[in-house]
Amino acid sequence: MDAIEVRGLRKTYKGHEAVRGIDLTVTRGEVFALLGPNGAGKTTTVEILEGHRRRTDGVARVLGEDPGTAGRAWRARIGVVLQDTDDAADLTVTEMVRHVASLYPGPRPAAEVLDLVGLTDKHKSKIRALSGGQRRRLDVALGIVGRPELLFLDEPTTGFDPAARRQFWDLIRALAAEGTTILLTTHYLEEAEALADRLAVLAGGLIVAEGTPATLGGRADAGAKVAWRENGMLREEQVADPTDLIRQLVKAETDLSTLTVTRPTLEDIYLNLIGAGR
Amino acid sequence: MTTAAVALPSTVSNGLSRGWVETLQFLRDRTAVIFTFAFPAMLLLLFGTIFGDSYDDTGVSASQVYSASMIAYGILSTAFVTMGSGVALDREDGTLKRLHGTPITPTAYVMGKLILVLILSVAEAAILILVGILIFDMPVPDAAHWLTFAWLFLLSTFACTACGIAVSAIVKHARTAGAILNVPVVALQFISGVFIHPITQLPSWLITVASLFPVKWMSQGFRYVFLPDSMKQYEAASQWELGRTALVLGAWCVIGLVLCLVTFRWTEKDR
Repeated sequence: MDAIEVRGLRKTYKGHEAVRGIDLTVTRGEVFALLGPNGAGKTTTVEILEGHRRRTDGVARVLGEDPGTAGRAWRARIGVVLQDTDDAADLTVTEMVRHVASLYPGPRPAAEVLDLVGLTDKHKSKIRALSGGQRRRLDVALGIVGRPELLFLDEPTTGFDPAARRQFWDLIRALAAEGTTILLTTHYLEEAEALADRLAVLAGGLIVAEGTPATLGGRADAGAKVAWRENGMLREEQVADPTDLIRQLVKAETDLSTLTVTRPTLEDIYLNLIGAGR
Repeated sequence: MTTAAVALPSTVSNGLSRGWVETLQFLRDRTAVIFTFAFPAMLLLLFGTIFGDSYDDTGVSASQVYSASMIAYGILSTAFVTMGSGVALDREDGTLKRLHGTPITPTAYVMGKLILVLILSVAEAAILILVGILIFDMPVPDAAHWLTFAWLFLLSTFACTACGIAVSAIVKHARTAGAILNVPVVALQFISGVFIHPITQLPSWLITVASLFPVKWMSQGFRYVFLPDSMKQYEAASQWELGRTALVLGAWCVIGLVLCLVTFRWTEKDR
């Protein structure tokens, strides 16, 4: 059974269609990234799958149940990492982790969770005294304390500095290695590339492409641009496979000190896709 | 995975866990602690000092009457106002959204609030009773009257808490909660015999209006507990009407609970 199965999902707010019929399959143990610009429908989609929002139409199965009607036992199997929270400011980190743990059957020990997210030396701090990045790591701690089979992460690293983001990626990889299925939304392409086994690009409420970071949007077949300087002149050629061209250049004893071979980055593909989706 | 093999924690244990963190958070907010407890006590000291006259030949002073009646105000302000604004704040700061992502039940959440309110109301009532007894020579009641106090206190607290949670559904922002919630609170104080007693000074239609709401019955009940029997002549019906008090408060508990269940939403815009 797949972790998430969505067919023809739609959500309309007062005449505005935020999600316009999407299909999505996330298999067990997979890290799946949902990419897209602001307003593309990422958060709406995730909130429907978390059971926080009602869908207007379509079929959704999350861990085999309909998230619109699933009960407590189902909630115990999913983990939700919220964005923009401000709760429990007067509790300490340990108090809050222990409290949320107490709501689950068989939770992880608080100390283990704090170690996983790197907040061990902050365990006695008041939550209001945490920095933005520490606060987000606490949100992750609270999302995983119940040992979820499926974890939802909605734009988890917004506002992180680069070092904190790398640390966070290691945490996600560790969770994935334990077998946790992860659905991640992000608008950072390098994040999707670093973490996701598969990803989908959402634009204007529709999925405009789906694949692996290597193949998304025809990236694997997009060819390469070979560029070099010859007699002070810039030469550029677009080829499917640069091997033959470079072999010829070597044979011709061309000066290759300025040679570059560029393949489209995920960002090129992505910008192209969301441009097309509008 | 076989997580399903481990039983979910019971609603009661989740509710106790909520009660613990609710109380912890309340106590750490020093300003809230001081204002919640000091304000009704200050009002009692002011009213009791300004209006010191006796009620004719009963030998009961106005300050003693205030001491008894103000317990109703203490419960109303802690239970109704703390709840109404507390739930609005929980909705705004993400507490409710976070809890909705866990296996907690709405009942456990409400239980946690009720535990906080019970603790606050007990402390509030104790302060007011102590001020009444120590400063205004209010007589200490006997065991039978304390028994009445117990059920009256519980029914009052539960009715006010449930109504507070229900009202929080129409409080859109925690910022405006105080202003909105204080309208019914202050209005009911004036027409329910808390600030103005004997209640018979009011036009009879206003007494009828007051009789529809719980506060009139709460303050009347607390006057029964703490004042001599002769004071019943100053009540609207010249009787203590304990049976009717229990009925009205019981009805408000049911109304509040139903409103609570119908209007409670985990998130701002339900959808």
